[in-house]
Amino acid sequence: MEQLITLSIMVVKNIVVVLVLMGFVAYTTLLERKLLGRLQVRPGPNRVGPFGLLQPIADGVKSFFKEDIIPDEADKTLYVLAPGISLFTALSLFAVIPFGPTVEFLGRQVKLVVADLDTGLLYLLALATLGEYGVVLGGWSSGNKYGVLGALRAAAQMISYECALGLAVIGTIIIAGSINLSEIVNAQAGLWFIVKYPFGFIFYLVAGLAEINRTPFDMPESESELACGFNIEYSSMKFATFMIAEYAHMFTVAAIVTTLFLGGWMGPGPAYLGPLWFIIKVFVIIFFFIWERGTYPRARYDQIMQFGWKFLLPLTLLNVVVTAALVAMGVL
Amino acid sequence: MIGIGLGFKWFIFVVMALTAVGASIIMVTRKNPIHSALWLIVTFFSIAVLYVTLNATFIAVAQVMVYAGAVMMLVIFVIMLIHLEWGARLGHKKSFPKLIGSIITIILFLQILAGVYTYSNTGQHGIYTAQKLAEIGNTRAVGTVLYGKYAFAFEIASILLLVGIVGAVLLARKRKEQER
Repeated sequence: MEQLITLSIMVVKNIVVVLVLMGFVAYTTLLERKLLGRLQVRPGPNRVGPFGLLQPIADGVKSFFKEDIIPDEADKTLYVLAPGISLFTALSLFAVIPFGPTVEFLGRQVKLVVADLDTGLLYLLALATLGEYGVVLGGWSSGNKYGVLGALRAAAQMISYECALGLAVIGTIIIAGSINLSEIVNAQAGLWFIVKYPFGFIFYLVAGLAEINRTPFDMPESESELACGFNIEYSSMKFATFMIAEYAHMFTVAAIVTTLFLGGWMGPGPAYLGPLWFIIKVFVIIFFFIWERGTYPRARYDQIMQFGWKFLLPLTLLNVVVTAALVAMGVL
Repeated sequence: MIGIGLGFKWFIFVVMALTAVGASIIMVTRKNPIHSALWLIVTFFSIAVLYVTLNATFIAVAQVMVYAGAVMMLVIFVIMLIHLEWGARLGHKKSFPKLIGSIITIILFLQILAGVYTYSNTGQHGIYTAQKLAEIGNTRAVGTVLYGKYAFAFEIASILLLVGIVGAVLLARKRKEQER
């Protein structure tokens, strides 16, 4: 009986997290279109429902009824599999992120995290690399030159920025003394790591933008040179799956930044307000992502590679050394 | 692990071991190198699951991150960059290197088989039992051993990697000068 209850709690947590995540993802697309519209001095979508609030549903229905095309040149299995890989990794990334403290629910202690892994932070890094396979394989299997170019760029960019991403979080591990995400959040009880370790926050934000292929780094799908890049041949629900995966990944990176640097669920008020604070912080980061997309142009490909290898990587490496020295001296 | 009995663990082991073996057989028989690389990722994944069933979660995650993630991404990148998949259309040819390769593979396989059947020692018990691991955490245990007792071996391995990097840079530079 005890086991059955534990199991059902796990299943319920899974379902709730996925449904809430998908809901937020749908409305993040609307938020992005609205905000980008405002940044470009136009109203954005406002026809479907009040303030355009039904737009995500209309988008979903529309892409569902579009014709599904698989090109003759395509590697059919991989072509169908690629959007699935993207979505799967983007969703499973969220499994280890704690969105609230341990709360009492119907007389038992429930941790507000799907899987409280001992190696949570490493799991995040590992799955983030796997997510890029969706983009790479999608571009390659389309049998289109622009698609292959997009795939190549995605692979090169991932290899380049993965090192910086990993090095940026090492400082957090050193200060918190753990790679369990719940413990990292608990270690920020007095002072958030954004104050204690501001450079790590900045480096993670930059490398995270490269990881989710957002604007200064959106090489794999740069419209002006690659005509959409890796998803050039995709249509209908497969294209929509890529889009959902992209936004889910963006949401997850915002959640990781919140967990590692912004104190996770911490905030004033009782414990059950934790998820609310978490969501507010995540949306602050998402607002930043949209804002910078409206602000910055796309960088050139060689500039991105140079920036990654010759600037970001040495700086993050130096950051690790300095942080370790400061912790050893007892300053941090 | 909560609520997972020995029977279920055994079931997972059998399924994942068969997947690993099957995927590696498929990997060496594919003509398209990209497909081979993808099946190799499947193999790495199933081995990572085997690590998890052995309570070695840190090694499992490191396996996925380093091998299934970074290394295989590099391999796929290189295959795409030099268009190896076109070579796949040339068809099979019996060649001397292939013969040597298969002979060495068979010898290695026999060696492992002989090792498994003759060497039945289970090894001595270390200080890290399953309970102690659960107590102090997997990552902490690996870190303590790696940077404490085996720090020298670890440093030697990193120097070896550094030499590899320097060698690669040197090779790349030489070729550039020849072009001029």
